[in-house]
Amino acid sequence: MDFHEADRTLDGNALAGDLSAIFTPEMTAAQTTCAGCGDTSALAEGVAYADGPGTVLRCRVCHHVLLRLVRARDALWVELQGITAIQVVTPT
Amino acid sequence: METRTAKTLVLDVPGWDGHDAGQHVDIRLTAPDGYTAQRSYSIASAGMANQLELTIQQVSGGEVSPYLVETAEIGDEFELRGPVGGWFRWKPSDDGPVSLIGGGSGIVPLMAMIRARQQQESLAPFHLIYSARTPDHVFYANELFRATETEPHLQVTYAFTRAGLPADTRAPGRLTAQDVAAAEDKHGPPARTFICGPNGFVEAATELLLQAGRSASTIRTERFGPSGG
Repeated sequence: MDFHEADRTLDGNALAGDLSAIFTPEMTAAQTTCAGCGDTSALAEGVAYADGPGTVLRCRVCHHVLLRLVRARDALWVELQGITAIQVVTPT
Repeated sequence: METRTAKTLVLDVPGWDGHDAGQHVDIRLTAPDGYTAQRSYSIASAGMANQLELTIQQVSGGEVSPYLVETAEIGDEFELRGPVGGWFRWKPSDDGPVSLIGGGSGIVPLMAMIRARQQQESLAPFHLIYSARTPDHVFYANELFRATETEPHLQVTYAFTRAGLPADTRAPGRLTAQDVAAAEDKHGPPARTFICGPNGFVEAATELLLQAGRSASTIRTERFGPSGG
């Protein structure tokens, strides 16, 4: 099967760079809990829509919006209302 | 040149401290009027100091990839951020065997893993299933051929979707259950499977693995896409 170029859905891996500008730990491997259904999975596993003016990350299970990210000329704006918990592995 | 529409760029990055296989960089281009466009590209090379390689597939009508593939010249400078990403990543200290499933330009981060494996002289068994439209669309063809000739624990299987080679016993077509079963040969089920490609490819390959009884927790995926190119 050939996959059409219109198949533009990405995943949370695509947010690694912008999130690294805000958070100190690597965030795509962080376990995040969805405010909609409670699913906990790596942020990388979320469904990303990146071809709008901003990027929207949705839950892979219930499609609830987890995170919205907008990059302006000299600013980065992140809205995290759809995530109730974030767990990162900290160096011991 | 890797194919007619894909090119590998070698970037000198002073102070670059290396990276893990599977990580990527963000490249930002700024026009004279201040308009900026940013894209994420997987790193193709194994980690080393002060240098990295990106293989870029040109997306027709895109804003960034046509510039990088067609216009950029030796000596041009880019704004680069990275390495970034920690989920889709292989380290030589990770357990094997490893299964890699790449569709189209989704081969790039998987190639970085194969190169890192060789660079670190890891003996982890690797099996790459590489789905491409035709043999003309295969990146790194010579290097992959040489690597499988010299390296007994590295296997490469091609799955062509439109047209294969005359000697192929496999009919061209999308990835099948038989194709993914090939990775589970003498080494048993992989400890980790990395799948990278367009969304539909990743979804289909993941579904085949789950149907074959693989545990979802062993599968890591990265969707690759021309979001604006």
